[in-house]
Amino acid sequence: MIKEEALIKVEGLSKKFCRDLKTSLRYGVADVRDELLGRPRKVDLRPKEFWAVRDIDFELRRGECLGLIGHNGAGKTTLLRILNGLIKPDAGRIEIRGQVGALIALGAGFNPILTGRENIYINASVLGLNRKLVDERIDEILDFAGIGEFIDMPVQHYSSGMAVRLGFATAAILIEPDILFLDEVLAVGDIGFTIKCLNRVRELMRTSAVVFVSHSMPLITSFCTRVMVMDHGRTVMDTTEPGVAVNHYYGLVKNKGVVSGSGGAEVMKATLSINGEALEQDDPSIDQGGQVEVTLRIRVSVPGKVRATVFVDDATLSQMLGVPVMDMNGEHIEFGPGEHLVKVPLGALELNAGKYAIMVVIVDTEDGRSICRHQGLLPFRINADRVYWAKFIRSNVSELLPIGNTATGNVESRTT
Amino acid sequence: MTKVTIYSPESSVRRPGLMLREMFADLKSSGELAWRLARRDISALYRQSFLGYLWAFIMPLATTMAWVFLNASGIVRVAETGIPYPVYVLTGTMIWQMFVEALQAPLQQVTMAKTMLTKLKFPRESLILSGMFKWLFNVVIKLIIIVPVLVYFGIEVGSHQFLVPVAILAILIVGTAIGLLLAPLGLLYTDIGRAIPIAAQFAMYITPVVFAMPEGGLTAKLFHLNFMTPLVLNARAWLTGMESVMVPYFIGVSLGAVLLLFVGWLLYRVTMPVLIERMSS
Repeated sequence: MIKEEALIKVEGLSKKFCRDLKTSLRYGVADVRDELLGRPRKVDLRPKEFWAVRDIDFELRRGECLGLIGHNGAGKTTLLRILNGLIKPDAGRIEIRGQVGALIALGAGFNPILTGRENIYINASVLGLNRKLVDERIDEILDFAGIGEFIDMPVQHYSSGMAVRLGFATAAILIEPDILFLDEVLAVGDIGFTIKCLNRVRELMRTSAVVFVSHSMPLITSFCTRVMVMDHGRTVMDTTEPGVAVNHYYGLVKNKGVVSGSGGAEVMKATLSINGEALEQDDPSIDQGGQVEVTLRIRVSVPGKVRATVFVDDATLSQMLGVPVMDMNGEHIEFGPGEHLVKVPLGALELNAGKYAIMVVIVDTEDGRSICRHQGLLPFRINADRVYWAKFIRSNVSELLPIGNTATGNVESRTT
Repeated sequence: MTKVTIYSPESSVRRPGLMLREMFADLKSSGELAWRLARRDISALYRQSFLGYLWAFIMPLATTMAWVFLNASGIVRVAETGIPYPVYVLTGTMIWQMFVEALQAPLQQVTMAKTMLTKLKFPRESLILSGMFKWLFNVVIKLIIIVPVLVYFGIEVGSHQFLVPVAILAILIVGTAIGLLLAPLGLLYTDIGRAIPIAAQFAMYITPVVFAMPEGGLTAKLFHLNFMTPLVLNARAWLTGMESVMVPYFIGVSLGAVLLLFVGWLLYRVTMPVLIERMSS
């Protein structure tokens, strides 16, 4: 079989930006002059410039979906803007075969004074589609957007969610691209609408090559056939295993320990061990479901007694798991003044793939005062092939039962 | 045959043939969008306004009243104009306003569409074209309103005004061409946008808008050199049924403006991607 030709070919793509506005405008004038004189672009950096995108290479075929992940400022959106032809590259080359569609900046071009219906036509025009096509599919758009009688009201009376829904519906229903660019557009509206969007995007993906920018790791692992991790404009990883890329991305997060509380106790040393083996390196990667223990060396310098709890925080610093430091009778272990070494089993960490850290909270048993709250201790990653839409992931084995077994109740449902 | 698009750092002026083909292709596909954008802006503007279309007329009317008062009270003495002075000033200021609006349109259009420009890919020509549509709309309103005034002052209205569209077109082209040349720099530096109305104000006093053509001296020279003079004089002459004047200069300016418009278009086209990256997204 002949391999289909790549729809997107990117070679050595680079783009520089300027940090300072005044200087940027001056460079703008110089660039305009060079452009008019047909001079080549300068490939080295001028003062105050930096590479926003640096030496990017990839090829993409129909049916493939490339996910771009990285922190804010890593260059993902800039790369997408160059691919979309909004700005010119400073070095390298892009070759695009076929019709490009973009689900970016939905509703840009909406006029707030005009009604939703009028804006659908305007938006479609901006996307390069004619009136006839909109006339044919207007019912489909209205149905998809699901904003009912609001459609004939000025858009300025819409909630922000409604405006985005209308924008998404217009673009998503009308475009039939060979190449599709997506930038963080799927996280809009309620869950019913989100699911509609995702299904539509999946439909579009079947017939196109997709470049997808998102911070949502579950979306990345469920949509993408290939993921590029970007950092400071460069590709730091390019893999066909989304799980590996996500794990690498989480490895780029640097969390710092934060200690708060009234003082009087401290965590001097902490170590993680998995399945009985101590993990020496920083930011270790732990396979989903691994048995984890944490060993703490704490020093208490207040006169009374204290007790401790170990938490596992996720990347948003919300507590996923709490393990009170207890003895075999289910009572809190009380620590007096001095140093203590204690091993706390956390059990199997059946957490969703992502970035986590340990938090230790030490409170005074007498009055419940927090005397030490040490956050961001021992950052680690949970590694898995897929990121799910859940906090906990348990790989249990399900059993197929013969039909006719009526041990289950009826499920009531309502379609939204 | 699939469409192949190449993006590279190479300046588009290096391949003039390809560039010209793309320019005209984009211009062709701009039509519908430009029309829709113009309708969008016009209907949004008038939905939010009580006096609505009258605003196109209020400014020239106010200027006319001021000048008629200045002339009648003897503060300013205007030489013989050949037609009733109120008609002279009203037609003059309206024609001048058309020019200033055409001059400002390109920069205003791209400034208003900044968000769209930084985020969406659409033919950039549509913004300029939609500015022209809006301009034409305003011109039509002005003409509709001026007709009763002409009739009131005893000027015949009918087929002998057939040359008026030619003058209007010439004004549109001159204004848009200069406006297009200023737009790229104006997008980077807001100073340009501020300077245009001030410069236009000064230019008005060396154009026969409220004053008649001076007889001699330095001012007469300035009036004669001014490329707007033949445009304003002929637009007014054709509107009020007077004889054409400075015809060769009028034709020269019009042809020059067509050329300039094309240069402005090239400039706009080549500089737009460079400018968009300097705007915040």
